[in-house]
Amino acid sequence: MELFDNLGLGLETALRIENLFWCFVGVLLGTAVGVLPGIGPIATIALLLPITYTFEPVTAIIMLAGIYYGAQYGGSTTAILINLPGESSAAVTAIDGHEMARNGRAGPALATAAIGSFVAGSVAIVILALFAPPLAGVALTFGSAEYFSLVVLGLIASIALARGSTIKALAMIFLGLLFGTVGQDIYTGTPRFTFGVRELYSGVNFVSVAVGMFGVAEIIRNLESERTRELITRKITSLMPTREDFRRMVAPIARGTLLGSALGILPGAGHVLASFGAYTIEKRFSRNKKEIGHGAIEAVAGPESANNAAAQTSFIPLLTLGVPPHPTMALMLAALTIHGIQPGPTIVDTQPALFWGLIVSMWIGNLFLVVLNLPLIGLWVRMLTIPYRVLFPAIVAFAAIGTFSIALNPWHIFAIAFFGLLGYVLIKLGFEPAPFLLGFVLGPLLEDHLRRALIISRGDPTIFIERPVSAALLLLAAAALVLAILPAIRQKREEVFVEVD
Amino acid sequence: MLEARRALKDILAGAVIIALGLAFALGALDYEIGDPLRMGPGYMPLALGVIVIGLGIGIVIKGFLAGEDEAIGGVDWRAIVLLTAALLFFGLTVRGLGVALALLGATLLASLARSRTSLIEVVATSVGLTVLSVVLFVFVLQLRVPLTGPWLPF
Repeated sequence: MELFDNLGLGLETALRIENLFWCFVGVLLGTAVGVLPGIGPIATIALLLPITYTFEPVTAIIMLAGIYYGAQYGGSTTAILINLPGESSAAVTAIDGHEMARNGRAGPALATAAIGSFVAGSVAIVILALFAPPLAGVALTFGSAEYFSLVVLGLIASIALARGSTIKALAMIFLGLLFGTVGQDIYTGTPRFTFGVRELYSGVNFVSVAVGMFGVAEIIRNLESERTRELITRKITSLMPTREDFRRMVAPIARGTLLGSALGILPGAGHVLASFGAYTIEKRFSRNKKEIGHGAIEAVAGPESANNAAAQTSFIPLLTLGVPPHPTMALMLAALTIHGIQPGPTIVDTQPALFWGLIVSMWIGNLFLVVLNLPLIGLWVRMLTIPYRVLFPAIVAFAAIGTFSIALNPWHIFAIAFFGLLGYVLIKLGFEPAPFLLGFVLGPLLEDHLRRALIISRGDPTIFIERPVSAALLLLAAAALVLAILPAIRQKREEVFVEVD
Repeated sequence: MLEARRALKDILAGAVIIALGLAFALGALDYEIGDPLRMGPGYMPLALGVIVIGLGIGIVIKGFLAGEDEAIGGVDWRAIVLLTAALLFFGLTVRGLGVALALLGATLLASLARSRTSLIEVVATSVGLTVLSVVLFVFVLQLRVPLTGPWLPF
């Protein structure tokens, strides 16, 4: 069977000693940085991106993927131990996970998160392997009109899932798109908004934007209101869940995996929705629903599985369509582009070793995570005790040297400062940085396809609704926007988020 | 006016968005705009800028109608100034002084951003981080960054 041939090729690639080694390092580094409070996966990947510059593309992407799911896993550890989720998708894990830790069951909670993530990851990888190639086949028939509509859908969907005001999220997307126009115009070569600075001709550096908005802005926020954290470590005696725990986690893991795999493929913040959705499902359908909110193992197993499944399947739109479904994947896109690889429908055929190698490596990486995390938990706990006065200058130092090494260009450092300040002001005024980042990355793609489609249609904008696939995508985007604005649904969404706070 | 005070955060938020949109839209007018068939370099920024201004106005209006009454909170100027200074220092000196000294200065400035850190801790943190970063990035990872620069006599 073709699938097995492909997986064989993937296995061969992933098992090459250097790929195995860097996958391991990626998972380890990702978990380590993910554990550190106050720095989420986006800033983590942006900071560690420069490490991979000298690598082969396959090795680089394998390591970055490892950092990504390692950071996600590390974030859950922080959520459980100090009730401080590294990113939004770990927020629900914090509710019951931290409660379990306070009841002296931090060990089983951590083990459940690891086991749930591993099972979900394994299933999601099979789904990725099965669905990505056919989807790529469909995407091959896409023209510029379809791509334009697809990007619009991705952007709109990301606000339907963000917290807070819809109009503010929309404003962030468009502002991101605007900043994406900085640099030379692709058609005429005219430099736009560069103020005569040659270094800006290639556009604002993506890593600078990510590190500024998600790293530096966050540091300023943290320094403003330093919270004392309740670290629960003394009680980790046994990691092994009991037989009863295992019995109770089976169904939530299965439900979480299914939900997560499905939602991960969707554009927008699928993994956040997945963990929230899984939590809601457990609350409604679990046999022990009364315990949920007070340290129920189901409420750790379900969301963690969903979260990790979605993390894996969200590679599908990135790899097959070239459209990243959320900001972290946007970073992956940037990383691939730096290595000269343009993700898109042809990647399965032109780069089979990269595509299948990545898929298999993710499974191996998940295995590393299970094997690694449980024995190394003592190390992670010790990392949590690193004081913030050391941590934040370290983030600044790594951001500076890492970003500088990309092109030895000081303007990339100035851009970090600029976007750090901009991000701080915007966050302070109630805006979310994630839609901005997505808009920023997708901006050039959106403009390119818009202009191309309009050239093909001789300037007639009805091309977007005359082509059925494009019309359907735009209709979905409109529906997502209406959903985000409708008061009843807004209220429901607020409730979910309030519950988490 | 009570209404206006309640909406202060949203009004400020909208104003920032309008200002940014306006800056891009006005800037775009300097470039050729073109038409939908032959879009010039200014077409997209102008269109997006106008949309952003519209959304900013929407945020202000929403603030007046239904302000969220959330405090903006205090501003830690020390952190803002020193963190920015740290990055600017690194950017301005890294080519001349090389990575090691630029990092030392940047981490010193950054550490000072937290008011409760003692001076000894600041020095220890920045020296430690500089050594760690140089070992990690220059020696272990072999990133091609200059360790010293032409401004140094040696």
